[in-house]
Amino acid sequence: MTDTMSAPPPARAVAAPRRTPARRASAWLSAHPRFRLAFLLTAPLFWLGVVYIVALVLLLVTAFWTVDSFTGEIVTEWTLDNIVTVLTGALYQTVTLRTVGVALLVTIIDVAVALPIAFYMAKVASPRAQRFLVIAILMPLWASYLVKAYAWRSVLSQEGILEWILAPFGLHTPGYGLTATVITLSYLWLPYVILPIYAGLERVPDSLLEASADLGGKSWRTLGSVVLPLAFPAIIAGTIFAFSLSLGDYITVNIVGGASQMLGNLVYTNVGAANNLPLAAAIALIPIVIIFGYLALVRRTGALNNL
Amino acid sequence: MMRTSRGARIAATALAVGSIAVLAGCGTSSGGGAAPSEAAEELGDYEGQVSILAWPGYVEDGSNDPAVDWVTGFEDETGCEVTSKSYGTSDEAVNLMKTGDYDVLAASGDATLRLIAAGDVAPVNTDLIPSYAGVYDFLKEKDWNSVDGQSYGVPHGYGANLLLYNTEVVSPAPTSWDVVFDGASAYSGKITAYDSPIYIADAAVYLMAHQPDLGIENPYALDEDQFQAAVDLLKEQRQHVGEYWSDYLKEIQAFETGDSVAGTTWQVIQNSLAAESAPTEAVLPEEGATGWSDTWMIASAAKNPNCAYAWLDWIASPEVNAQATAYFGEAPSSQDACDYREDCEAYHAGDADYASQIWYWTTPIAECVDGRTDVECVDYADWTAAWAEIKG
Repeated sequence: MTDTMSAPPPARAVAAPRRTPARRASAWLSAHPRFRLAFLLTAPLFWLGVVYIVALVLLLVTAFWTVDSFTGEIVTEWTLDNIVTVLTGALYQTVTLRTVGVALLVTIIDVAVALPIAFYMAKVASPRAQRFLVIAILMPLWASYLVKAYAWRSVLSQEGILEWILAPFGLHTPGYGLTATVITLSYLWLPYVILPIYAGLERVPDSLLEASADLGGKSWRTLGSVVLPLAFPAIIAGTIFAFSLSLGDYITVNIVGGASQMLGNLVYTNVGAANNLPLAAAIALIPIVIIFGYLALVRRTGALNNL
Repeated sequence: MMRTSRGARIAATALAVGSIAVLAGCGTSSGGGAAPSEAAEELGDYEGQVSILAWPGYVEDGSNDPAVDWVTGFEDETGCEVTSKSYGTSDEAVNLMKTGDYDVLAASGDATLRLIAAGDVAPVNTDLIPSYAGVYDFLKEKDWNSVDGQSYGVPHGYGANLLLYNTEVVSPAPTSWDVVFDGASAYSGKITAYDSPIYIADAAVYLMAHQPDLGIENPYALDEDQFQAAVDLLKEQRQHVGEYWSDYLKEIQAFETGDSVAGTTWQVIQNSLAAESAPTEAVLPEEGATGWSDTWMIASAAKNPNCAYAWLDWIASPEVNAQATAYFGEAPSSQDACDYREDCEAYHAGDADYASQIWYWTTPIAECVDGRTDVECVDYADWTAAWAEIKG
């Protein structure tokens, strides 16, 4: 004890760091955690605020303006005309119903297809097959959205491969129209539905399935009473993707939808062709309101924790 | 490690703040609503580049077909590098011009007046354009390219919206628009139509011949009753329409695969289909047709006005005009251009009587363009609203 006390102090192995301005600043930051946090978050929050919130608010505000029909200039006078038009116009009601119908159908089809695939991936497949399946499902996401939509355009055409396959059975391709739109959208959004459901099912412990079996539960009983309740939030998360993506889509319906139009098309033609930005903004509020309604509804299921 | 990540973070912050500043800048600079300036008095040096907005097939640099190229010659002669964008409908063009990104624009009659009124295009001093002298007189100083005797551009070419049909499916060969209107049910689901409110005028042209009681004198001057009749006809047609087109490539593909068998078209589409030996034919039906007479205009906010004037002169010069109008399938703007084309007869180039039979696209306004003063006509805003309803 005394030995160590009396021993000469060891030479410092590392020299004291030079006090560069950067080091001083970092020392100061380390002593002021609140400022550090503010410094870190200001830029991204500013970004979120300007690009996201302000853009949305500007959109909202534009809906209350009008356009000079001849010159196409925006007249910044407050009016409720656009909102009233959108709420009362038969056209907008029809198109809204059609769009919601398509979105619901796409969502239902996607969930129906995704559930068995996701269950197989999460609970049945070997780890090797599992990895392969995940890659297989992610693969279509590597191709451009447009390429896939145009691919479906040629598949569904009168001389397309679908007609060729179905003809021997006396069936025909649906041609371009709402059916084609539903098929194409279901294909496009399927990966976004499979992945959250797969992730959700993977979190269901195998022991619970075994426990259910030990207690005499058959496959369907286990599925209905154990798996589905546990995976429900994940399924809802998947439906949010399919539903909201379909609701805003206008390109697919333009490519394979024939003469039908959805809300996105009305927005697009009002911005692009009709040059009526205020009316377009008013129409754009419809899907926003629907999505907010849907999100409010599913918030109760706890699915938002799964996104 | 710490140092780099902190550096990266600061860089990212700087980048973020910078982009916001740029975005904010963009927000205020849009919209070229300035009142039209005076026409240029004299030309200066070429700026080295020019940005052009035009219908598809108007600015060809050989990238679609190596044999079709009149941009390279211009670039070699003037040193003005050409960037171009094509549009599908006049409304799109009006909208794109508001960005202020384009120096030169080829616009049809349903866009020109709107552009002039909005101050998006500048008066053009035709004395600075040597080729202007050769242009047909019946194309000069028209309602759609001049205001109060002041020219706003150089005529390019004119043509009619034709009826395209599949020769294997549609028989007998149609000579009337009937096949896409009252007779459309025979080809239900395979009719196509141009996706723009201006297509209502096509229905009006049909009604002029088939329902004379309506008393339509000009398809762009429709009073409430006449307009309603045209809209009803189009709603009837809607049940048989397979798809509407504004992207000409989409129509080409639909006719190739047989998804569309009859509908309105441009000659250039038929030319492309013929090149692929698709079984299609385009005719000018007996009722007459709507059509276009296009004008090259200069943006009031043009960044490269000298190159813009050079382009106007270049595209109106006989050889280039012949090449460009032949490719699109329309009549050229000058008699001299016919020396470079063999099909001028087919397009009735220079035939002022024929040219007057085509109902050139014009913006419908409340003050009837056919001269009636006792009624108010339906204006373009209502055409647009009706078009959305027709599509449903």
